[in-house]
Order: sequence, then structure tokens, then C-alpha cells
Amino acid sequence: MVLQALIDAIAVGALYALVAVGLALVFGVLRLINFAHGELITAGAYSLYLTRNLPMVVSIVICFLVCVLMSLAIEEVVFRPLRGVSPITTLVATFAVAIALEAVWLVAFSPQGKIANLLSPLNQSATHGSIHLRWVTIAELASGLLLLGATTVILGRTTIGLQMRAAAADFRAARLIGVKADRVIRFAFVLAGVLAAVVSLLLTVSQPLVTPTFGLDVVILALVGAVLGGIDRLASATAGGFLIGFIISFLGDELPASLSSFSTAFTFGIVILALLLRPAGVLSPFGASGVDRV
Amino acid sequence: MSRLSQIRQLAAPILLIVVVALVGSTTSIATQQNFITALVSVTMVIGLYVFVGNSGVISFGQVSFIAVGAYAAGELTVPTGPKHFVLPSLWSFLQNHSVGNVPSLAIAAGVGAAYALLVGLPLMRLSGLSAGIATFAVLEITYNVLEFWGKVAPPSGQTLSLVPTTTGLFQSAVGAGVAAVAAFAYQSTRRGRLLRASREDPSAALGIGVNIHRERLVAFALSGAISGLAGGLLVHQIGSITTSQVYLELTFLTLAMLVVGGAGSLWGATVGAVLISLLDSYLLQAENGLHLGFFKLTLPSGATDGILGLIMLVMLIVRPRGLTRGREWDLGIPRIIRGRRRRDQPAELAAAQPQREEPAIR
Repeated sequence: MVLQALIDAIAVGALYALVAVGLALVFGVLRLINFAHGELITAGAYSLYLTRNLPMVVSIVICFLVCVLMSLAIEEVVFRPLRGVSPITTLVATFAVAIALEAVWLVAFSPQGKIANLLSPLNQSATHGSIHLRWVTIAELASGLLLLGATTVILGRTTIGLQMRAAAADFRAARLIGVKADRVIRFAFVLAGVLAAVVSLLLTVSQPLVTPTFGLDVVILALVGAVLGGIDRLASATAGGFLIGFIISFLGDELPASLSSFSTAFTFGIVILALLLRPAGVLSPFGASGVDRV
Repeated sequence: MSRLSQIRQLAAPILLIVVVALVGSTTSIATQQNFITALVSVTMVIGLYVFVGNSGVISFGQVSFIAVGAYAAGELTVPTGPKHFVLPSLWSFLQNHSVGNVPSLAIAAGVGAAYALLVGLPLMRLSGLSAGIATFAVLEITYNVLEFWGKVAPPSGQTLSLVPTTTGLFQSAVGAGVAAVAAFAYQSTRRGRLLRASREDPSAALGIGVNIHRERLVAFALSGAISGLAGGLLVHQIGSITTSQVYLELTFLTLAMLVVGGAGSLWGATVGAVLISLLDSYLLQAENGLHLGFFKLTLPSGATDGILGLIMLVMLIVRPRGLTRGREWDLGIPRIIRGRRRRDQPAELAAAQPQREEPAIR
């Protein structure tokens, strides 16, 4: 069923797009690839598990609080002292944060995984003929569009958004004309935390089993998507995230059985081809120069 | 730089390798494995350094060359008798031929180099983040193919076992030494210097006629050869290999070793590998109870990575350019201990040096 595969692929794509926005926001202001973003998603998911006996609204609020506070804490403790050092150092630092937090999850929650099924009613599907449309698909698409719209409005219509874009374009010049760097960066991490919380909520619907690597797996693929689309711009990064989720899900469904175990190889083959043709990102405007290009 | 001080710069990593091997030889058989692991890690990180350190381009793909090296060396040394059972669907050429220990290491290096050359030919046109993601894609493809393609590896997801365990302290030390000499020889050549020039200022390097694509490709292939050798050493150390052992975790760990040591120098790569690897081994041991003099330290299982991550973070925050600050060491006594400026450096030159250098890797 190609149509069913398409619907599934769109749902997965929307989820990856949400992760890609979170990565691109932080990348925009700090030029930092934040692998620790995945740990926010994991933390949110574990908080849903821990608060499973509380009312749903309380549980959701706590999930948002955990993600946002953790995002700010990581910024404060790790990324601020490392501001201005070479990108490879900050990259390894974000790995180190991710590895350390994963160990915390492992010790605290054991490797077996915990069930977080707060929103599992969304798994019910509306069936029309042979097409199944799960409610979570609609929720993923709706929240994807809504949050992307909200982010666009914040970036385009508010002062802090303008400052963020200024900082993304030229950090030093932005500081010279009075943009408060710490405030802008903190705001980017708050937004990233909110996005991570939404992803935790939605991802636990389709994957209620929360393991220590719950978030990291998603973030790595979303990062590939963001760079594939063009991580320089929020829109192209988001679309890239959507694209990678779409490709993975669609190839997984539609490849013939003899080749289905090689869907990863096909996906990344496409990624390499696309990057060779458009190093600055397939979805970035023509003539745009990529990040740090020679 | 004088020839003598150049040789002394190579002597520093070699000396460290010898010291690790000697200290290892005084310990029990079980503890010795930690030192062998450290020396195999040195080979891996030097392989990574030859490309990342010299070119300044990030690569997540070097572990794929370790993987093909490990599988090549492993498959070619499993005795032909039991091979039909361990590797039932392997290509008949691979199935019917087996070689000795040393040839298998040479083949591992050769396969690593060939694969790197093949992959690098198109990929070395990229730089920055797109290069990072493209090399990561190579890692994913390699992992996927080795996991599921029975003609080149064991049937889906199974362990390649029955590989002779020939990597002891001696072999791992010689391997690391060969890697260090090769890396140092390369970075002292004209080609190596051209590539390092392109790392510092790509536009200026292009301006003086450096063919950046070609220089990067050369370094990438050499890096592939050393990584392949490291893979060969690894498979002969543990006697078996699975795809998950040469995948994401090793990629992160080797990159962290390189950056913590100092990505700009061979000395940094060696120091980082020895330090983090030994730390990792001993912390793992502490999860099962480690005797430290009078008391026994027992960590909760899984805590190793947490402590390792924290230590790496602190090191990066204190020394963002790495423990060695990305410099070679010519066995001279560091200024901190000697307490005065080096005599061979004119005062005005030392004064003119910027307080904070530009990042070596962009």
C-alpha cells in the first residue's frame, strides 16, 4: 500500500522536523551541533514515566519544565565556559554531555526501559477502507505545523526573535549594537527545550518503551536531515528533517523484502549523493554558500 | 626547525608507547589487556589524527576503515576448516584462503587504504559540516552492509569468531609505533605541510596553488591505512568482532580521545588515547570491584561512561585546545617547570604571539 506508506512517512517526517528545528535554533546562534538535545527528549520521556500516576495535565507540565530547565542548565554549566572555542571541541563536549547523561539514565532507570504511555489513546486510528490514520499522525502534523509557525512568528515578529536572527548572522556585530548575547542564547535554549518536550510527548505514543538511548537515535538522524536540507536556515533545516524521516519510513515500508535490511544503506547513499550535489543543503536557495566552506 | 628537534618530536610519542608496553609487561595477564587496549587505541586515534588533525575537517567515518580492516584480517585468519561453519555464505575466494598473522595486518591496512581512497575521491570535495555528515553516512552504510551482507561478513548480526588472538603487548606496541612513524613522516613532508597550511587558512592555501582536494585525499587514504591496521590489531586482540563494536560508540570515543589530547599534534593524539583508554578500562574494572591499596572501589554498573563523560568535560573546559594544546613535544622541559622563556625564541617574537590562538579546527 503506497498510500499507507506515504501517510506513515509523513508522520515520521513531521517528528524529525520538530527535532531538526530544535537543533537548527541552537546552531543558528551558537554554531553548535547539540548532541545533548537528544538527552532532553529522553529526560522528558522519563519524566512522563515517573509522573504516570499524576493527572495528565500535571504530567505534561512537568515534562515541559524538565526539558526547559535541563536545556538551560546544560547551557549554563557546559556551553557557556566553552563559548568561542573551536567547533570540534564543543562538538565533543556535547557528546560528552550526552554520554554522561546516558549513564545517569542507565544507572537510574536500568537498561531494560520503562513504559511511558500517557498519550497512548492517540494510537487509535480512524479507518477508511484499507487506510489507517492514527490520531497521533494528525497530532504530529498539527503540532509540527503549529510549532513551526510559532517559531517563525517569534523569529520574524518579536524583538528577541530579531535579535536571534542578528546573532545568527553575525554574533560579534550583534553584540556591538547592543544585543544581549546571553539573553538571546538562553532564549534559544528555552525554545529548544520546549520543542524537545513536544517530541518526548509525541514519540512516546509510537514508542512507549523509553530506553537510555531513546533521544540520541532520533537526534542523530534529525541532524543528518538538517544538514541535508541546509542547517543555516530554519526552514531548510526543518524541511530536511522532514525529508530524512520521510525517506527512512518510506524506504523501510516499500523496499522489496530481499533488500529491506539494507534500507539504512540506501538512505545514507541518497544523503551522500545529495550532499555531493548541493553541499550547502538540498533545500537552501541556489547560490547559497554552505557552512564553513572552503 | 632543526633535524634533531624533529626527531625528538617523534621520540616523544614513541617513548610513551614503549613506556605503556613496559609497564603493561609487569602486570598480570588480565591487567595486561588494559595496556594492549590502550596501544590499539593509540593506533586508532593516530589514524583519525592523520586526517582530522592535519586537514581540520571533521570525520565521523574513520571507524568504517577500522571495521573493514578488522573484518578483512579476521576473515582471512580464521582457519579454513571451521570457516565453512562460521562464515557459510562468504565469497568462495575468501572462504578458501587463509593467511598468517602479519600478512593479515598488511591486508587490513591495504583494504582500509583502498576503501578510504574510493570513498574519499568524491567526498573530499566537501568540508565543514557537510563533510562530517557525509563521512557519517559512510559509517552507517559500512555498518549496515557488514551487518547484513553474508558474502562479506558472517550471516546477519552474528559474531565473527575463531580469529587467532595474536595481538599481545609486543604486536600492539609495534603497530602503534608503525602508525606513529608513518603519521610523523607524512606530516613532515611537503604534502603534509601543504595540507596543514590549508587547515590554517584555506583561501590563502588555495591562493598559493595548493590542491586542497588532492592533499586531503592523500591524508584520507593514509588515515584509512592506519585505521585498517588498527582494525586488524583489534580483531586479533579480542579474537572476534561484531559490527556494534566498530560503530557509533567507538567513533565518539576515538574523537574524544583526539580532542582531549589535542587534535593539532601527533603527541596530543597519543597522550589522549593512552589516558582515556586506560581510564576507561580501569573504570570498567571498578564496576566489578577494583582494589586500590587498602579499600575496594565498586561502581554501580553503567557508571563508567558517566564518569568518563564528566572527566572529558572538565578537561575540555580547562584546556579547550587539548591537554597538549595541540603542540608537539620535543622532550624539552616545559616552561611551567623551568620558569623562564625558551632561550632560542627571541623576546619580541614571544611577546608578539597572540594570547589566544585561532582554533585549529574549523
